[in-house]
Amino acid sequence: MTDKIQLPPARYEYGGDEFVFVELDQAMSLEANFAGMAVTNALREEAIDGVVDICPSNASYMVQVDPDRIDPRDLVTELRRLEASVGTLPEDYVLKTRVVDVPVLFNDPWSHETLMRFRDRHQDPEATDLEYAARINGFDGMQGVIDAMTSAPWIVTMLGFVPGLPFCYQLVPRERQIQVPKYVRPRTDTPERTFGFGGAFAVVYPVRGAGGYQMFGMAPAPVFDLSQSLPDFAEDISFPKANDVLRYRAIDMAEFEATRAEVEAGTFRYRIREAEFEPAALLADPDAVNRELLEVLYR
Amino acid sequence: MNRLLVRAGGLYTTVQDTGRFGHYHMGMPPSGAMDIYSAVVANMLVGNADDAAVLEATYVGPKLEFTDDRLLAVTGADAPVTLNDEPVEPWTAVRVRPGDVLAFAMIRAGCRVYVAVSGGIDVPVYLDSRSTYTLTGMGGHEGRKLVDDETLQLAADGQATGSGGAVVPENLRPDLDCPAELRTVVGLCSYRLTEDALASFLGTEWKVTKDADRVGYRLRGGKLDFTEREQPFGAGSDPANVVDLGYPIGSIQVPGGDEPIVLLNDAVTGGGYATIGTVISVDRDRIAQAKTGESVRFRSVDLDTALAARRDRRERIEQVRQQLGR
Repeated sequence: MTDKIQLPPARYEYGGDEFVFVELDQAMSLEANFAGMAVTNALREEAIDGVVDICPSNASYMVQVDPDRIDPRDLVTELRRLEASVGTLPEDYVLKTRVVDVPVLFNDPWSHETLMRFRDRHQDPEATDLEYAARINGFDGMQGVIDAMTSAPWIVTMLGFVPGLPFCYQLVPRERQIQVPKYVRPRTDTPERTFGFGGAFAVVYPVRGAGGYQMFGMAPAPVFDLSQSLPDFAEDISFPKANDVLRYRAIDMAEFEATRAEVEAGTFRYRIREAEFEPAALLADPDAVNRELLEVLYR
Repeated sequence: MNRLLVRAGGLYTTVQDTGRFGHYHMGMPPSGAMDIYSAVVANMLVGNADDAAVLEATYVGPKLEFTDDRLLAVTGADAPVTLNDEPVEPWTAVRVRPGDVLAFAMIRAGCRVYVAVSGGIDVPVYLDSRSTYTLTGMGGHEGRKLVDDETLQLAADGQATGSGGAVVPENLRPDLDCPAELRTVVGLCSYRLTEDALASFLGTEWKVTKDADRVGYRLRGGKLDFTEREQPFGAGSDPANVVDLGYPIGSIQVPGGDEPIVLLNDAVTGGGYATIGTVISVDRDRIAQAKTGESVRFRSVDLDTALAARRDRRERIEQVRQQLGR
């Protein structure tokens, strides 16, 4: 059982004349994420003229407007009304989603090569990112962190930074979550498909570029495919969707190379299962819901 | 016919229209012309729709050869422009013929020039836009900047028969004075800064570093302190860290306290550094014309001012339209 988190009053801010930013909580929690889901779902259904985009984030959300069509203040009035009327997700709300197996080679040579080039921007230049994470999270060695990250699935609580990057929050109580700071100064380079970690969030970098998250490993399969040549990308250039449940699974170099070969041949498919769960049940007993989700995934 | 020969690509020249919207929620920024006013006016001069695709060139313009009869206009930054080595006026519709060559000398003021050609640059439309987003290699001309010795397609319906000569009056051209004043709605996570730090942010002349591109401008010139707090769960332990959130276009973040970053048209759409305010949409036109080594200043304004500035720009655009009889 986890203690139910009470959210503070939402904070409404204008991001210039084209954006409204709503902070539901400064701290991350599934409660805050689900509250954001409830209000952005309701807003989407209203299809208000002048709303350009609705961007749910971890513990906040953002709405892009065309101020020539809607005054941002009128939108805030509407958002406050929605917040009061929908509140959070109803107790019996059922989330229909996908559970996906995402293989990761931890402590891989490629992200290792990159992290060694940026030790001057790191909290602990003498250690690797994984060794550092193990130490500050109270593990004897990096295997402890890897076990913690791969033992329970994660939910995609935000998409962004660059197209298709999934911010994933692990479905375990706070006291069992891994936390690490972001790099002191962001790197100018991160390999494509790096498994990264910052705050309490795990990500897979869709494309090569700058990044501030600690680098722990490498995924053999892409999350972004502009050419849409892989079957999982037939409908969309990015694979992850909001609320997807991802299970990061540790693999060895042999499986990494085999999966890479499938990707290169255009035959790779993620292991995906349709699933549903009640957010209320998840908050009450995460371990039970996790067991069910993994059971569905590997059935 | 209907082709534009790129003799030299220039330093960083991309095809842009007014942007690709509705995909910010999955991490895709709008891209599009950084200085919207200059791009729209360039289109008007040649008789295009406001949102037709133009070329945006940074610092060093391209060298272009025409293969048919067109109208051409150059707007934005102040750079000497020539047609067949003869000077031509910017902010003016110029009639070009097959074999004519357009070239630029170094920019004198501003940072980005816009080149509109009647009919518009006819690259494939991707997700409702012709804008280039180079980070993922999508849109525009093969998702990248132009290179030497290649060919761009022009729309077939842009062949010109009349003469050029339409001019945008001086008072309707943008001000490129330095330092640029960027009107800013302070907020978002500005509570992370101390009062002194916020005052210092607004009082400092910030210098544009060499890391200034379509994703964002990194600035230097001061040091800002964060208020002390126990970091909230999930944020990370650095004082500039927040639980990853959405970044508005134009938003300002301050990693490390000493390097403000203003995000622009190719923005990263979210992340974990505290944002302290947002440059108003109209003044993105202004920062787009600031170059490395120049200074910018931020001035705190309210939402009313931001909305009024936007109406103002729209009225100026309509004035240009009337003057040009478009």
